[in-house]
Amino acid sequence: MSLTPTQRQRLLLAPVYAALVVAAGFTLVPFAWLICAAFKTNADVFSSNFLPLGDGFLGVAWERLTVANFVRLFAELGIGRAMANSIFIAATSALLATFFCALAGYALAKFRFPGREWVISVVLAALVIPGSLLMAPGYKLLFDLGLLDTYAGLLVPGLTPAFGVFLFRQSMMNAVPATLLESARIDGAGEFRIFFTIVLPLVRPMIGAYLMITFLGAWNNFIGPQIVLQDPARFPLSVAINQLRGLYGTDYGLIMSGTLVSIAPVLALFLLLQKEFIAGLTSGAVKG
Amino acid sequence: MSEAIAPSRPVPSAPPAAPKGRYRAEPVWVPWVFLAPFLLTFGVFLVWPLIQSVMLAFQQTFGPKTSAWVGLENFTFMFGDPLFWKAVRNTAVFAAGSVCVQLPLSLGLALLLNRPRLKGRAFFRMIFFAPSLVGLVFVGLLFGLMFAPRTGLVNTTLHGLFPAFDPEFPWLQLYIMPALILAALWLYVGFNMIYFLAALQNVPEELMEAAALDGAGPWHRFRHIVLPEILPIATFVVLMSLLGSLQLFELPFVLLNGSAGPDNRGLTIVMYLYQTGFVSGDLGYASAIGWVLALFMGAFAIGQKWFSKRHEES
Repeated sequence: MSLTPTQRQRLLLAPVYAALVVAAGFTLVPFAWLICAAFKTNADVFSSNFLPLGDGFLGVAWERLTVANFVRLFAELGIGRAMANSIFIAATSALLATFFCALAGYALAKFRFPGREWVISVVLAALVIPGSLLMAPGYKLLFDLGLLDTYAGLLVPGLTPAFGVFLFRQSMMNAVPATLLESARIDGAGEFRIFFTIVLPLVRPMIGAYLMITFLGAWNNFIGPQIVLQDPARFPLSVAINQLRGLYGTDYGLIMSGTLVSIAPVLALFLLLQKEFIAGLTSGAVKG
Repeated sequence: MSEAIAPSRPVPSAPPAAPKGRYRAEPVWVPWVFLAPFLLTFGVFLVWPLIQSVMLAFQQTFGPKTSAWVGLENFTFMFGDPLFWKAVRNTAVFAAGSVCVQLPLSLGLALLLNRPRLKGRAFFRMIFFAPSLVGLVFVGLLFGLMFAPRTGLVNTTLHGLFPAFDPEFPWLQLYIMPALILAALWLYVGFNMIYFLAALQNVPEELMEAAALDGAGPWHRFRHIVLPEILPIATFVVLMSLLGSLQLFELPFVLLNGSAGPDNRGLTIVMYLYQTGFVSGDLGYASAIGWVLALFMGAFAIGQKWFSKRHEES
């Protein structure tokens, strides 16, 4: 039996699809387990892997699934407060970091001034300083400044990450034509006005990508708030859910429902916007 | 500069050459104002703590308030400190596992997804990328329960497949590092795949097809066409993965519920730094550990530079 070239192509791709499906299965299993556990009572978490078995549709005891874990999280354990804190921390730090990084990146990409090369090497040096080296003295500094247990202590040190300055400089070097800036200056436009009305709109994709990168980073940040914050009323989800485990260690259903409400919103949002997000993540590596 | 004209709509009455007083080519102060927030936070929250950490490394502290100079004692103590070396060993095992297991799998997935005429590429990419959106702390919580003896998914599955497998297999007591490598594999494999995928897009497809027509097998095409093309990004990914592995902390910290596990089997360098600095309150010894770690990381970064430079020349 002879095959046409297209049939041959398809046949050659079959093992590729098989490998991809297996890998996708492995990737999705922890998500599936997490979602199932979040909707089960603790007894069912221990007695069944995914959905509790019974004699309902498809052999699953659907009636045993419950939202009691979520009710407990929000009504009893005040996780709503932690979620509001997380949203506040992540949104504020994303907006501030994006604005200030764009500002600094613009200065380094589009101005020639004495000391410029020096600042660029400072940015590159800051990129390679390990964060753990700053943990102990940073804590001492926040203590000396009286910023421990405040949101300022959490937000201000991350106001302008060198990584963001670097990314915006890279993208503005190509995306912002110098002639446009010159003609705006000839027309008498102020420097801040040029920045807001000409420069920022030209790098809109980079702004979107960097907003997402910083939002996600702040949302998932655990060690920062763990060290800086002390008052449980200020805790974001990452610290609050980890504390739940300390208090209700064997209540798997509760812990998994807390994990689910912490990751589901960002997961949904970011998978929708993944193209922009990924473009931002790789732009530094591919161009630099 | 307040009564500026919107540059997007040119005004007919604007003079062809602006008067000298109003034309500012590149005012000197502007870049410095724009850079001020960066330079300020850089100076206060990076340079100053860095200087402090140099000085702290030669002190012993009892919380952030009291300290005493001890000279090189932190460093001499470190070299004889069995806990520090245990942490170095554990971290090295994790780094080796990450680079040798995770990165080949990332590259493999990228090669599969890069097949021409593959359907559903965006769908698979989304699935593989999804775990890297989950924060380390949540991955720690999730895998902490999945590795639990008797009830965790890992053991029940292995017991179901191989009845001889002990369902009480103590991952988080005896086999912490393999468990961490597995959790990190799930978390990062798709993230690194994205970088390889971006690199593979630069490989000219005509060249691959021409080589295939000339009878070059898949291995030859990979070795002589694909690998040289993706090598710069591949070495970048290896370096990033090494540097990230050396700083491993949050994952074991959460997975092991704040402890280092029985017999410190899950102790990493940064976890030891955290314990000495924030649990025992010796920020001095913690800083000394931080500097030794920075030295390791610097050595790897220089190694990568040297490797890619040598490769470019050859």
